[in-house]
Amino acid sequence: MLRNVVKRFGSLTAVDGLDLEVPAGIVLGLLGPNGAGKSTTMRMLTAQSRADSGEITILGYAMPRAAKRARALMGVVPQHDNLDEELTVGENLEVFTHLYRVPRSQRADAVERALRLAHLEDRRDTRADRLSGGMRRRLLIARGLVHRPRLVLLDEPTVGLDPQVRQELWGLITGLRDEGVTVLMSTHYIEEAERLSDEVALMAKGRVVARGVPGDLIAEHAGKTVEEFPAGPDGPAGMEDILRSGEIPTRRTGATLSVLRAEEIPDSLRDTLGRGDTRASNLEDVFVTLTGERVE
Amino acid sequence: MGTDRIGGTGGTGGTGGAGGTGGGTATAQAPPGRFEFAPVAGVLAREWALYRRSWRPTTFAAVAEPIIMLLAFGVGLGSLVGAIGGHDYIHFLGTGIVATSVLFTSMFPGLIDTYVRRVFQHTYDGMLAAPVDVRELVTAEAAWIAIKAGVYGCAPLLVAIGFGLPASPAMLLVPIIAFTTGFGFALTGIWMSASVPSIKTMDYIISGVITPLFLIAGTFFPIDTLPDWAQTVAKINPLYHCVELVRSTAFGLDPLADLGHFAALIAFIAVAWCLAVFQMRRKLID
Ligand SMILES: Nc1ncnc2c1ncn2[C@@H]1O[C@H](COP(=O)(O)OP(=O)(O)OP(=O)(O)O)[C@@H](O)[C@H]1O
Ligand SMILES: [Mg+2]
Repeated sequence: MLRNVVKRFGSLTAVDGLDLEVPAGIVLGLLGPNGAGKSTTMRMLTAQSRADSGEITILGYAMPRAAKRARALMGVVPQHDNLDEELTVGENLEVFTHLYRVPRSQRADAVERALRLAHLEDRRDTRADRLSGGMRRRLLIARGLVHRPRLVLLDEPTVGLDPQVRQELWGLITGLRDEGVTVLMSTHYIEEAERLSDEVALMAKGRVVARGVPGDLIAEHAGKTVEEFPAGPDGPAGMEDILRSGEIPTRRTGATLSVLRAEEIPDSLRDTLGRGDTRASNLEDVFVTLTGERVE
Repeated sequence: MGTDRIGGTGGTGGTGGAGGTGGGTATAQAPPGRFEFAPVAGVLAREWALYRRSWRPTTFAAVAEPIIMLLAFGVGLGSLVGAIGGHDYIHFLGTGIVATSVLFTSMFPGLIDTYVRRVFQHTYDGMLAAPVDVRELVTAEAAWIAIKAGVYGCAPLLVAIGFGLPASPAMLLVPIIAFTTGFGFALTGIWMSASVPSIKTMDYIISGVITPLFLIAGTFFPIDTLPDWAQTVAKINPLYHCVELVRSTAFGLDPLADLGHFAALIAFIAVAWCLAVFQMRRKLID
């Protein structure tokens, strides 16, 4: 879908030779630290941002030339809320049935369906500026789905939501996938990516640094288990050096030193290291190792 | 001619189709990059939804202001001035105030509403993620403002009629004149709103652009009382052409001159449209 795409803002290169293919019908989680270029990538997919070089094709349409046609088949949920505050929930949805050219005879049904999706049936006549944060998000998502898009772009859809609402949205996203909709979702939440995505792409500094099924990525970059050692006064630094020389990756979290691929620690090192707390490796380990950044 | 081409590829599928279109499946739709009216209608649907809940204050402001102005100047000043060019001052002024009413009801929304929607509400970002492009968006926003200007612009004329201005069939053209002028000024407002670095800069536009436009247009007094240079300036002012056209419908058409005035308004729209689209695209697409 994206081939060698570069986007600069002045001297800053936000997206730097990005290659990304999203197979039809999957949920692809786009994980990356702040400023990795996730939103910029999303904006290029709707041609609201123009790539400086590279090729972008969406559902067979070349961007940005055929952008309008591609956008007709896409639903977009932006990172920053842009609901019409003065309009009611129902009106917000209705306006987008017009913009997405839902045929007149189907508009009312489309609005109903979207209201159900967002669980906002009893809020139809509430003005958008009177909704809670979670309701606004749900409305924003439902608005992007009024025309039954084939591809949905979700830019951090669950930011700032309470756990319950977040779980509801997860259900909604899984539901979309079951209907055969392709979903590209950016997120900071590792758990979310791990749970919902068929595949994840890890982005850092405008590039995809790793891509694959979460389980495979974990196995490849963090092994089976992680051992955590308290980084005591007698030199976690020394410990790190020893492990590094054995090509065993480590990372630090505050006062803890985590050793990835702990199952590969040679017996010869065991005497010096002792044994830490062992746990299963997870996507966060991969994320942190590859991007060098912490996440929530 | 655009339509022919679509028909050609869809129907005959001959040489033209093979060479031109790679899209294949989507021949029934307009070619990519073409200006379409469906998105314009979509944007208008939003305006209508907003207007349904705000028409009362909007209408009050748009109607009351020119009427107050007309009464204050027309009745007050009229008793001093008497007649201009053989017309009662209040009739002269009433026809002129149609134009200033159009200026205010189109330039201010173009300038301020579009700024707020673009910068603070991010409404346009949301719309441009749907199958709408900047040209269609700008056209729709300006058209909506122009429709309101076309309707509200008639209010001062009706008041003048109430004060004895003889109604004439040609006055039925006034909504069209007001719409056309309003379209041009709405586009001008949109262009300027997308050109200013911040909302504070708007003050320069209001005092430096709108006020002179308003004063040097022959609204309150005929421009031939002005020095030559100011007359020249007035003739570049689109509002002057609007004033002249409205007066023609009230005091007698002069087809050749009026066509000239109308052509000037069309040229104004063409220039303002290009500027508005260009500048909005720069601000909305990065
Ligand atoms: N319009 C713009 N003008 C200038 N720089 C921009 C613009 N948009 C984004 N950037 C820069 O591009 C880089 C990538 O930003 P982007 O918003 O794509 O990151 P992100 O991965 O979405 O981050 P976050 O997780 O914080 O949302 C950042 O350094 C940002 O400052
Ligand atoms: Mg972002």
